[in-house]
Amino acid sequence: MEAQIQTKSRAAQSSVPLLAVEDLHVQFETSRGTVRAVQGISYTVNRGEVVAIVGESGCGKSVSALTMMRLLAKTGRVTQGRILLEGRNLLELTDDEMRAVRGHEISMIFQEPMTSLNPVLTIGMQIMEPLLIHLKMTEEQALVRALELMQQVGITDGERRLSQYPHQLSGGMRQRVMIAIGLACKPKLIIADEPTTALDVTIQAQILELMKNLSRELGIALVIITHNLGIVARYADRVNVMYAANIIEKGTADDIFLKPAHPYTNGLMRSVPRLDEPRGTKLQTIEGLPPDLRMPPAGCRFAPRCPHRIEKCSQPISLIGIGAGHEARCHRVDEIASGKLKVEFPGGGAVNSQAQIGSAPILEVSGLKKYFGVKAAGAGFFSSEMATVRAVDDVSFSIAQGETLGLVGESGCGKTTVGRVVLRLDEATDGSIKFNGTDVTHHSGREMRGLRRKIQVIFQDPYSSLNPRMTVGEIIAEPLKVYGIVPEKKARNDRVGELLSQVGLFPYMAERYPHELSGGQRQRVGIARALALEPSLIVCDEPVSALDVSIQGQVINLLEDLQARLGLTYLFIAHDLAVVRHISDRVAVMYLGKIMELADRDEIYKRPLHPYTKALLDAAPIPDPRVEKARAPRALRGEIPSPLTPPSGCVFHTRCPIALDVCKQSVPPVRELKTSHLVACHRAEEIMEGKVLQGA
Amino acid sequence: MANTTAAMSANSAVTLPKRPNPVMTFVRQQPMGAVSFVVICAMMFAGLFPQFVAPYNPLDIDFSSLLAAPSWDHWFGTDAYGRDIFSRIIYGSRTALVIGFASSALGSSIGAVLGIASAYFGGRIDNWIQRFVDVLLAFPIIVLALVVVAALRKTVVYGVDVNLIIAIAIPILPRVARVVRAAALSVNVMPYIDAARAAGYSDTRIIFRHMAPNVVAPFLIMFTAFIAQAILLEASLSFLGLGVTEPTAAWGLMLSGNAADFYREAPWMVIFPGVAISLAVFAFNLFGDSLRDYLDPRFKT
Repeated sequence: MEAQIQTKSRAAQSSVPLLAVEDLHVQFETSRGTVRAVQGISYTVNRGEVVAIVGESGCGKSVSALTMMRLLAKTGRVTQGRILLEGRNLLELTDDEMRAVRGHEISMIFQEPMTSLNPVLTIGMQIMEPLLIHLKMTEEQALVRALELMQQVGITDGERRLSQYPHQLSGGMRQRVMIAIGLACKPKLIIADEPTTALDVTIQAQILELMKNLSRELGIALVIITHNLGIVARYADRVNVMYAANIIEKGTADDIFLKPAHPYTNGLMRSVPRLDEPRGTKLQTIEGLPPDLRMPPAGCRFAPRCPHRIEKCSQPISLIGIGAGHEARCHRVDEIASGKLKVEFPGGGAVNSQAQIGSAPILEVSGLKKYFGVKAAGAGFFSSEMATVRAVDDVSFSIAQGETLGLVGESGCGKTTVGRVVLRLDEATDGSIKFNGTDVTHHSGREMRGLRRKIQVIFQDPYSSLNPRMTVGEIIAEPLKVYGIVPEKKARNDRVGELLSQVGLFPYMAERYPHELSGGQRQRVGIARALALEPSLIVCDEPVSALDVSIQGQVINLLEDLQARLGLTYLFIAHDLAVVRHISDRVAVMYLGKIMELADRDEIYKRPLHPYTKALLDAAPIPDPRVEKARAPRALRGEIPSPLTPPSGCVFHTRCPIALDVCKQSVPPVRELKTSHLVACHRAEEIMEGKVLQGA
Repeated sequence: MANTTAAMSANSAVTLPKRPNPVMTFVRQQPMGAVSFVVICAMMFAGLFPQFVAPYNPLDIDFSSLLAAPSWDHWFGTDAYGRDIFSRIIYGSRTALVIGFASSALGSSIGAVLGIASAYFGGRIDNWIQRFVDVLLAFPIIVLALVVVAALRKTVVYGVDVNLIIAIAIPILPRVARVVRAAALSVNVMPYIDAARAAGYSDTRIIFRHMAPNVVAPFLIMFTAFIAQAILLEASLSFLGLGVTEPTAAWGLMLSGNAADFYREAPWMVIFPGVAISLAVFAFNLFGDSLRDYLDPRFKT
């Protein structure tokens, strides 16, 4: 009898979705006008469901989440719409009532685990806080529950962690703590705003796996907000794609990934390099930029960038149903859904005739070491006891003229330091760097001057790599002036215009300041600055990782074009395996300051011989739910050890699934197992012969 | 996407808007700054051509109107010697401006260069510069200025004591160096400085072209604040007989001397010079703030 009633009430409950967002409008008053950040979005979340909201920066996805929590900045205002949590409109609650909802019924996990934990409170205090406040637990009860939560989120030595402070934990651990706090009061809904964006690929897989399992076991609904289509394929039940303050397509994960109906959704998926696709083709790109939300286009908002726009696209449009629960905001949706119209974007096709790869190495790095001294942990105030961080430990590689060497690894593996030492921004501790056959490791400042012209750099962050006080023209003209390449002012301005056109900008942009440009445009300016000196080698330090997905493809294509046209050589440093695979000829995988494996691109991605390379490839998400769901759950266990105390023997042995005793004792030498396939692993032969790690 | 260029898609050419008149832009964006600039201009005019503004000679003694209250004849009253206070304030603005401006400019500029160099080079050079700054900071402002002015004696060029300017500039120097170094340290780790290094520019170029413009905000605040400080310091030194001496008209001097004996009976003797100093200090600070905002390209629309 009781059971019957329970089933009944559950059935009644499930007819009402847990969360319903109805026709939500949010706008911000800024000094430059009204920004309509969210315009009429509606979606529902059922109990225990994982719903993803995908979109590029500025599309309104985070604003909609903050609105749900009623955490909008003061300038933001909800002008229309309702947010119903189990039928209760959250927008009409008093502040006190809302406080009871936050953290108790809905909790939120933020992107930056570094800054969303309070640095001066212990982990234990921060996990126990919601328990004490919302559930009115006693200290003892809260402590017990905190330990239980730590266990749930996979923190093993909970008791020790409770008294630690956030800075003592790694990024992945901190995100686990954030999740524990989110779970503390057994909420019905967790909103995760870019929960893994700041994390490394192997840690990202761990965290997502954890969140999905928790949601399934505890029946918590999960809203994941992200720009990364890949992670959504594996974990989301339903997906909402946002563009310029609207939801432009919604449907199940299968709908979105297998039968995308909106041209923008198509474009998003095409402009990302993928691990499971043949390469050698250029990425298709969505040209242009998202519209200004102060004056969006009257009709379809994507029309200005859409290759298939027709006259009708200037008419307003709302979501049009295609199948059960699959809707898209496009005038030509029927044509696309029925397959009459094939969505194609500019780009695609074969890469322009590959630059000739010369035989002579342009850059040879051998036995490179870079150690940093830091004050030892636990050293007293007056003590000068130093510890050594082996940022780069015995790294050797060479790059041939016209080639691209990809250097890939997780944060802290030393890949950026390699780039800085090659650029001579940092001095090498040991080893040698030869450029065009000349040893330049210890060149003095004057000797370097000539060399500087030949080795240039493109930085990761287009926001901070341009001097905010100089115009674009001044930034690009400066090297021309300083080196006397183009001494005359008039000619110099012409050359600046030429360089700007070369990177796909317009000469008139020379008058602008960096802050007046978008991220992608700034990165193009950074590329133009590097090109101004007519270098032969460019160190690209994560050149696309700070850019939006649709912009990434544009910049990658540009880099490839320039290489083909100007015969450039790239040292391409990145953490994104798919991007590296797309652009590189050869790839080196780094871990804790050492190169684990170095081989031809296709070779290393098809037949990795190092367990770490295998793990990285396994952890990288693929934007296809069929592929993703067929893959076994995979998460490399553990965390990256501190470079202050690297493990003995093979540095990877602490996380390696096939480590033996010998791996703990001796450092595996770098061996050439196949022609130009270098690997540093004791068991590489067994992996090659398929005896271990088969299909893992 | 509150970006101004967001509306402009990369493949549609847009004609460059005409650069508006910088003065008008400043007035529109920084009205308070414009007001303070007018005050400073008025002060400069008074300092340059006092004979056209002042109704009396500032040194003329009039025994028939000692300690006269403000009236139509003497707008701000007269002092214990019957000298017209309004005229003395007008003439005094020259002293204040020359000494204040020159010594603050000297001290702040050298301090800024030291601060940036300290941050840029780091290591041993940083250590040496900072220890030198420590030594200077160990003395109270007035004591340090006293020592310098006593050691250098007077060197008058065009009626201005150059050594007094140096004496006031030296205590300003370490204070600016400290603040600018802190700002420069954060600029020094920005990728655009790495980009400049990677391009092989000289240290001088990186310091002056790339770092200095990015520490201009704290520099301007310090610079304008120290103009005010310098005016006060000059007054203090004058009071001690080491700065400007009687009968020269100077605001600091007007506050000291026999004003202390008569301020109960003749409060105008201290009120008006005090107001003049406050107005100058206020105007310079306000102008510095607005100039800082105006010069930052990020605040421009």
